[in-house]
Amino acid sequence: MQLKTKYLGTVEVDPSDCIHFPAGLPGFGDETEFVLLDLPGNPIFQIFQSTKTTAIAFVVTNPHYFYQDYTFTLEDHIVKSLAIEHERDVVVLSIVTLKDPFEKSTLNLQAPVIINSRTKMGRQYILNDDAFPIRAPIATVATQSEKGEA
Amino acid sequence: MLVLTRKCHEGIQIGENIEIKVLAIEGEQIKIGIDAPEDVDIHRKEVYETIQKQNNEALQLSANLIHSLKNNNV
Repeated sequence: MQLKTKYLGTVEVDPSDCIHFPAGLPGFGDETEFVLLDLPGNPIFQIFQSTKTTAIAFVVTNPHYFYQDYTFTLEDHIVKSLAIEHERDVVVLSIVTLKDPFEKSTLNLQAPVIINSRTKMGRQYILNDDAFPIRAPIATVATQSEKGEA
Repeated sequence: MLVLTRKCHEGIQIGENIEIKVLAIEGEQIKIGIDAPEDVDIHRKEVYETIQKQNNEALQLSANLIHSLKNNNV
């Protein structure tokens, strides 16, 4: 199907790639279906685009690129609601709040997007503790290596 | 908003499946117990609002920034 996107023009999307968020996202309860789109030439970030509303599109990333020790336990009812059977089926993404300059961007580690890649079900999961900040600084590989060289 | 007065250990039933109970009152703090089906998300209000706000903020970004991300391994 053809999908009008916020940042990437009109793209062809396979309906089987649509991910269902029955409860929407906090603040966006009506947005119940999204697709993940690759950013041309950038393997780190993806666009998390609503299929219903063109204007609703987030930048997301695998938080482990930036925070290697980021781990948490999914509560049983989340595991059940997403019909998760194997850990390998679970995709964890962080919504990026992109800023200019880029170094000021942050990751939302407190409310990761959890997707069961097998069933294409997802939800934004709010961690009920303060271990992970909602605005974790992005520390890019580039800036880290620059610092390392200095 | 419906307003009900409850004493400690009294409860409120919402529909068939949700029960809210006042467990303890300690000074300014009130401990509330909630029994609800697992598919009902329950959050501290201020936490939920913060996540909503952050989601909204994450949406507000310029096409320029996205453009600079394309073809650029930052």
